[in-house]
Amino acid sequence: MKTLKNIKTTRYQLETLTCPSCITRIEGVLNKEPGVEKAKVLFNSSRVKVEYDEEKVSSNRLAELIEKVGYPILPS
Amino acid sequence: MNAKQVNRIMYAAGILLLAAFATYLFNWSRLLLDTLLIIATIVAGVPTFIKAWKASRLKMFSIELLVTIAVIGALIIGEYVESAAVTFLFLFGAFLEGRSLEKARAALKSLMEMAPLEATVVRNGLRAIIMAEEVVENDLVIIQTGEKIPIDGRVISGNASVNEAAITGESVPASKGIDDQVFSGSILDSGYLEVIAENVGEDTTFSKIIELVEEAQEGKAKTQRFLEKFAAIYTPGIMILSVLVWVVTRDVHLALTFLVIACPGALVISAPVSIVAGIGNGARNGILIKGGEVMENLAKINAIVFDKTGTLTKGKPGVTAIKGFGIDEKEVLLMAAEAEVISEHHLGRAIVKEAEITGLKLLNKPTEVNVLKGRGIEVNLGGKSLYIGNRKGLFQNEIPIETEMESYATKQEKAGNTAVFIADDKKIMGIISIADAIRDKAKDTIDNLKSEGIEHLVMLTGDNKHTAKIVGEQLGMDDIYAELLPEDKAVKVKECMGKGIKLAMLGDGVNDAPAIATADVGIAMGVAGTDVAMETADVVLMADNLDKLIHALQLSKATVRNMKQNMFIAVGTVVLLLAGVLTKNVNLASGMLIHELSVLLVILNALRLIRFKPVNRFKPSAPRKDENVLCQKDMPLNVKNI
Repeated sequence: MKTLKNIKTTRYQLETLTCPSCITRIEGVLNKEPGVEKAKVLFNSSRVKVEYDEEKVSSNRLAELIEKVGYPILPS
Repeated sequence: MNAKQVNRIMYAAGILLLAAFATYLFNWSRLLLDTLLIIATIVAGVPTFIKAWKASRLKMFSIELLVTIAVIGALIIGEYVESAAVTFLFLFGAFLEGRSLEKARAALKSLMEMAPLEATVVRNGLRAIIMAEEVVENDLVIIQTGEKIPIDGRVISGNASVNEAAITGESVPASKGIDDQVFSGSILDSGYLEVIAENVGEDTTFSKIIELVEEAQEGKAKTQRFLEKFAAIYTPGIMILSVLVWVVTRDVHLALTFLVIACPGALVISAPVSIVAGIGNGARNGILIKGGEVMENLAKINAIVFDKTGTLTKGKPGVTAIKGFGIDEKEVLLMAAEAEVISEHHLGRAIVKEAEITGLKLLNKPTEVNVLKGRGIEVNLGGKSLYIGNRKGLFQNEIPIETEMESYATKQEKAGNTAVFIADDKKIMGIISIADAIRDKAKDTIDNLKSEGIEHLVMLTGDNKHTAKIVGEQLGMDDIYAELLPEDKAVKVKECMGKGIKLAMLGDGVNDAPAIATADVGIAMGVAGTDVAMETADVVLMADNLDKLIHALQLSKATVRNMKQNMFIAVGTVVLLLAGVLTKNVNLASGMLIHELSVLLVILNALRLIRFKPVNRFKPSAPRKDENVLCQKDMPLNVKNI
């Protein structure tokens, strides 16, 4: 039931993505994180869309994960 | 490490390489040359090494890892020129790809940049300038010349000429007056408007377009899915092959070169980059194509089913005659208008508009409103029940049509009108005739479609037989089906589909949404502001303009062609390179260079789509497959032969 959780959607703008292999890398690490409902990399707009449970994981933590895999986030 | 830092590193490595080249030219010292090359390798290699390290820590395989292994291998065997060239080219290639990909993807960005930033609102009698996203529903928003409209809303005062290019792709400004809809993202060319905000923030049509384009770019084409499957088999296959190369030749260097060169970079990017550029061209022209698969289907269309009202005709019908039976004409109009005040139906709106023009005061409010889809409406008006609609509804309510009324209605219909009956619970009190003009460009568009390889043109309508026949024959339709309910339209579309037919359904997306959803490709036209249509259709033509259909069809063909060219370039390059590597004609550095060039070529080829413009290919003598009827002929509703 979605009503019990507080699901929030955040988008992160990355630098231009050129290799499709980055998709699996970023999605993989985010989807492993507890509290992440759904992570999707929009390859062609170089954005990451994450739906997550605010109680369990913070937006900063997600940004940190993306940076850790090697993809700097641009300020939107 | 961000892009700026990587670029600096690239420049530094480039300068070191130049220095090394100078050393080589002037024959200074071998030691200096090697030292410069090793430093260049390390400098240029750092970003690649870091990425490779990060990926392998996550147990992920990456091209950077391959390059790293190859570079270390090259350093061990003393091939310093090669190691420096490869690391530099790898960075330089990524840099060029990034730059040109940004160009290919610029359409969405330029759309986003059209987003309005601030709004002038009047609250408690005071004007204030606030951020566009802070406007709330029912705010009064003031827009002056040169300003962007910050919300979707209804004009309550003022007149203006508005450029809606951001929404519809139309560069010709639209004039807006009281009660007209205006959209966020459009620009006020001249004039002054006061608007009541209806949709704000993420609910505006403009925000939805951006969202749709963003999603559409990710929608994969069949070709793309095939390529990805291919790449999934290809990469491990290449690894096994490289091991084989090593086993056979005992040449580590050759095996590594083979491994790096075979990386499917251009291959994986070839399809999506065409699709994105094509979708981008569409988005800038008010054509939203939802993804690669839709693009491919659209390119194959050979039959189109049109909804008549609002698509082939203007959809803004006007009252042409009123007849009362036993009561005064004004009375008929007044009752009908009072009942239809709440109606969303275009015929209802025409009646209300006519009452306004005549200057009638609508006093009674309808209660117990019951909308009968495809039949009309039933309301309670001042204590009396009133039915307004067509013959189907009369039949259901068991209200008789007398001969005199029937002959009058038929006469009106033969002249191209729709006859709307006004009845209480027992008898018909009046008939209002309403007609809807054919669009100016409809005939041209239909003629052009025949030159675009569309072999079957079918028209569907809920309207009566006579009107349907008049409109359909004027436009040169192959088949005409009339008096259909919305659910019949979907059934009819299904009947037309089948062997060798790729069918598109074009409608305005409100009452023909089921039919649009049924067709191979559903196209909704002129839907700025109707969410349902934007969501159900595969292709959305934002402008209320048939021209865009030709643009969409030609664009899809150009995009699919472009995608095929790209795949050819990508596959061809890899095959040539691998052959070159195995015959020792290609080494790691030159292979890397050619590989990067092929990626660049693929992107540049896709960029041509950004500038795509439709051409007029009209040939008056286009061949027609006129003799075969597409949909089942035994349907009693085909009015072609009455």
